[in-house]
Amino acid sequence: MRQTDLAIIGAGPAGLAAALEASRAGARVILLERDDWLGGQLVKQTHQFFGSKNEFAGMRGVDIATHFSEQIEKDENIQVFTGATALGFYEDGVLTAACAGRMIKIKPRTLLVASGAMEKMIPFENNDLPGVYGAGAVQTLMNVYGVAPGKKVLMVGAGNIGLIVSYQLIQAGIEVEAIIEGASHVGGYWVHASKIRRMGVPILTNHTILKARGQEKVEGALITRIDENWQPVPGEEREVSVDTVCLAVGLSPLAELLWQAGCEMEFSPQLGGYVPIRDSNLETTEEGIYIAGDVAGIEEATSAILEGQLAGISAARKMDYRIEEEKVEEIKANLETLRAGPVGEHIRQGLANVER
Amino acid sequence: MKDDVILCFCEDLTRDEIREAIKKGATSFDELKRLIRCGMGACQGKTCEENIQREIMTITGRKREELPLPRQRPPSVGIYLEDAARGDDDEK
Ligand SMILES: Cc1cc2nc3c(=O)[nH]c(=O)nc-3n(C[C@H](O)[C@H](O)[C@H](O)COP(=O)(O)OP(=O)(O)OC[C@H]3O[C@@H](n4cnc5c(N)ncnc54)[C@H](O)[C@@H]3O)c2cc1C
Repeated sequence: MRQTDLAIIGAGPAGLAAALEASRAGARVILLERDDWLGGQLVKQTHQFFGSKNEFAGMRGVDIATHFSEQIEKDENIQVFTGATALGFYEDGVLTAACAGRMIKIKPRTLLVASGAMEKMIPFENNDLPGVYGAGAVQTLMNVYGVAPGKKVLMVGAGNIGLIVSYQLIQAGIEVEAIIEGASHVGGYWVHASKIRRMGVPILTNHTILKARGQEKVEGALITRIDENWQPVPGEEREVSVDTVCLAVGLSPLAELLWQAGCEMEFSPQLGGYVPIRDSNLETTEEGIYIAGDVAGIEEATSAILEGQLAGISAARKMDYRIEEEKVEEIKANLETLRAGPVGEHIRQGLANVER
Repeated sequence: MKDDVILCFCEDLTRDEIREAIKKGATSFDELKRLIRCGMGACQGKTCEENIQREIMTITGRKREELPLPRQRPPSVGIYLEDAARGDDDEK
């Protein structure tokens, strides 16, 4: 049995920031990541990050990942396992993980779940044809492995992810036929939307996909205008000729280990699905179990980093390591600034219902 | 009209098959799972859960927050028995 102060599941921005913060206070950390590299979603983000008044705005996501990974590798308090999937958390506080053909067992004094999110899927005819992808998969293929997913893409969803992935596709020389969006407005930031429009890609709001066409693989798609109840408007159907359908229809928190651990959960539409109830230091209803990042509510990388710092420092304090109280207040103030204003409104609403 | 849109990819279950099972009285995800195996494949319900819950909502008229999620148990992904049996380094 491996003993440690803090076990962290997931090495995205939240997990990485937490590991460094806990280690700085003196805690020993085991960091588990199921991918073969560190960075989570950041690794695929070749664009410069949005976000204001923070040290990472304007940096590319992938460079932020490198920045953290280099510090982690040098840190003697942090033991990293890549290719290691956390499997279960048991009543006696033992965490298991599958790693390199073994099942490792860890008994941590505190646990941080920073497992991020999973992509949503929408049902339509032939959605099992090769050529139907989630936006995350398209990004991984393109930006991690350098593989083009297709030649001509229909993007479903005009949130930030749909817009950014469309832009990256065009940069890679792939045609984007159109972006369709079920809602009556573009969900993502205007800067991204305008950039796409200037490149000549139509963004069709109040539209959805009815069918993918094709026998062996996607050869086209049938799209339609929909009314405010999401019902197809008769006579407004249209065929588009594409070989790829890319779904960017939202994320939901990947909270299975928190369910296993018995944390109290609450359904929050604003935060993307079921999320754990937490206190202002990101501790769940199970003592010593913390959360940070998208698993605590779908937000963005900057907030994931700040939440990671907060959870890491709080876990260290729980174990009586000496921390700087001013630092805690500073992180909380930064989070508040980040969530201020109209863009953060749904997050503030969501958090109001799950913070105790 | 026949509706063979696939909702559970791992177990190849169509919307019609799921609706039929709900109408037979399986009105929670776990009951459906016992009847037709939805959510028991490689992804462990991560892809289909939301869309299947929506079918339950439509047929039973219940709200999303009233619908229990499938029970979560370890292991959260498939693992070879061989690996589990081999255990950790320090157990040899
Ligand atoms: C296309 C796109 C563009 C974006 N652009 C921006 C932007 O410009 N600015 C911004 O601020 N944000 C942006 N974001 C959002 C940002 O990437 C995420 O909010 C952020 O990565 C969340 O961090 P996280 O650490 O919570 O999760 P993740 O980055 O998802 O990391 C979670 C990690 O946990 C691992 N994991 C999960 N389960 C297990 C398990 N059981 N065992 C072991 N490991 C596990 C995963 O492999 C993953 O590496 C973008 C996201 C996308 C998809």
